[in-house]
Amino acid sequence: MSTFSDHVSADLPRQMAEKMASVDEGAVLRVLASSRIKPEDAPVLFSPPARKYLEQLAQKSRRLTLERFGRAVTLYAPIYLSSACTNQCSYCGFAAHRDIERIKLSPEQAMQQAEILFEQGLRHWLLLTGEAPSVYGMDDICKVARLLRPKAASLSVEIFPTDLAGYKNLARAGVDGLVIYQETYDRDLYARIHEAGPKRNFDFRMSAIEHGGQAGFRTLGIGALLGLAHAPVEACMMAAHGAYLQKRFPQARLAISFPRLRPVPGGTPVLHPVSDADLTQLIVGMRLMFPDAELVMSTREPAPLRDRLIPLGITRMSAGSRTTPGGYGHADDAEKGQFVTEDQRSVFEVASAIRAAGYDVVYKDFDPALVVDSDML
Amino acid sequence: MAQEQNDVLTIAGVQFSSRLFVGTGKFASPEIMAQALEASGTALVTAALRRVDISDPSDSLLSAIDTERYRLMPNTSGARDAAEAVRLAKLAKAATGNNWIKLEVTPEPNHLLPDPVETLEAARILVKEGFVVLPYINADPVLARHLEDVGCATVMPLAAPIGTGRGLKTRDQLGIIIEQANIPVVVDAGIGLPSHASEAMELGADAVLVNTAIAIAEDPLAMAKAFKLGVRAGRMAYLAGPAGESHRASASSPLTGFLEETA
Repeated sequence: MSTFSDHVSADLPRQMAEKMASVDEGAVLRVLASSRIKPEDAPVLFSPPARKYLEQLAQKSRRLTLERFGRAVTLYAPIYLSSACTNQCSYCGFAAHRDIERIKLSPEQAMQQAEILFEQGLRHWLLLTGEAPSVYGMDDICKVARLLRPKAASLSVEIFPTDLAGYKNLARAGVDGLVIYQETYDRDLYARIHEAGPKRNFDFRMSAIEHGGQAGFRTLGIGALLGLAHAPVEACMMAAHGAYLQKRFPQARLAISFPRLRPVPGGTPVLHPVSDADLTQLIVGMRLMFPDAELVMSTREPAPLRDRLIPLGITRMSAGSRTTPGGYGHADDAEKGQFVTEDQRSVFEVASAIRAAGYDVVYKDFDPALVVDSDML
Repeated sequence: MAQEQNDVLTIAGVQFSSRLFVGTGKFASPEIMAQALEASGTALVTAALRRVDISDPSDSLLSAIDTERYRLMPNTSGARDAAEAVRLAKLAKAATGNNWIKLEVTPEPNHLLPDPVETLEAARILVKEGFVVLPYINADPVLARHLEDVGCATVMPLAAPIGTGRGLKTRDQLGIIIEQANIPVVVDAGIGLPSHASEAMELGADAVLVNTAIAIAEDPLAMAKAFKLGVRAGRMAYLAGPAGESHRASASSPLTGFLEETA
């Protein structure tokens, strides 16, 4: 069985950039007028000539999002389980060479974190770990998942990539969604910034989400860390990746994230700046190609921008996030996290802002009964 | 008018004063949803089980639905196969005692088209378990027959893919379903305008279900009212016996005129 990474040659980003360079205004107008915009239109949507039509693209994106999702935004929260990591990723606060306190949560501690979120109304949880399976492995994550499942509306993981058997175990433990960011689709750059550790294996990481699709996860989340490579090209690659996953796993909902790199001290700086307008173009372009995809925005982004992006196509937002294991429930120690969050508002404040934008705040948009038998609940 | 006053829709022995059913998703707030329900004059509303905590009466969406006024019909939206739909339905019944279920089985999240095989299977199981089953289906007259045979209370064929508001794209098949059915036919999904709802009612549908078109209108209350009127107008027209194309003036030189000439 071929995988998407078979189609991602080292030269593909350059070819995509060339394609984008040949886009003229006429091509943009043709796409704008078309009734069904396709993933192949990505180079047009993310091209410089399309910027002139950002307002029209945004209007179209808003209408499409309303039609498919209504006036609603679903909230989720990350739960960091372990900061132990064997990878040396030059941009990450948890990188192996960094001298930080490594924390791992017991299942009971994870449950305490979940209960704090539950009290705030949050029911969609994303479990995160670094990549150090000998310290915090699949069994640990499954234990946490089983314990949290009855209280969660939705349970996703953003952990180290694994094989089909590993994902099947997670699915059996009640996990319904999988998120794996490729970080960059540029193989050369990928090799440079992933200096050591198993994450250096570009192909294994990229094929992992397909193992997740085979394991039957309901949501498959992808993303590139924006600011590393040229963002419009990365977005074209994400579109191709999304189209591939949708075709191969039609039963799964695609989720696309747009994390902008927030440099950590001594880490990789932003190599290709992504302005708010750039980011907006990526979001609305992605919506036009993927009407039913969840478009996700985390607290990496500042509050005013997040609020304004809601009507443009964002359907999932995190709120009140802490990026340190055990971070909920005591004084903010954001500096110790994987990255520093920008939107530090409380869940209540974020919810109020969503309502002020004319949207309903959805805390529950999934039911555990869809994925596990009642004896587990 | 007397005809309209006596015209009551009955499903599984329950009478409904309105032929407009309304969905509760996609609204800007539970308050606006509640106002839109009122403006629509509906008597039957549906809510997605995945969206609500069915065992919690203080759930923000559930508590906004006045169940004294509206019959609540939970739906299995999000279920990908029969087993998942059955699990959701049983959970809802266990929590509330409500045995009405709008059966939705949609294997893929992009077009949300219903799976005929799994829907029939789930319907068979749920009817046996004592549920009043209202299945969402593609406009397939053969499937509609099967569902009637296994004991469904209605069939709910789509007019167009859900959320698209494209109107009666399946008009010909809907006509056949209506003609054949011995149970009420509720046109569900794809209705974007009151005129579409009217058209479905003129065609002889027993009711229509509308959600997105009301929820995402600039003024959901006004749109809810417009749908109320559209449904009533279409029903009145149906009862009035539309003249139809076959009653148009006949050609001046009838094709069979020669028969009289030779007589």
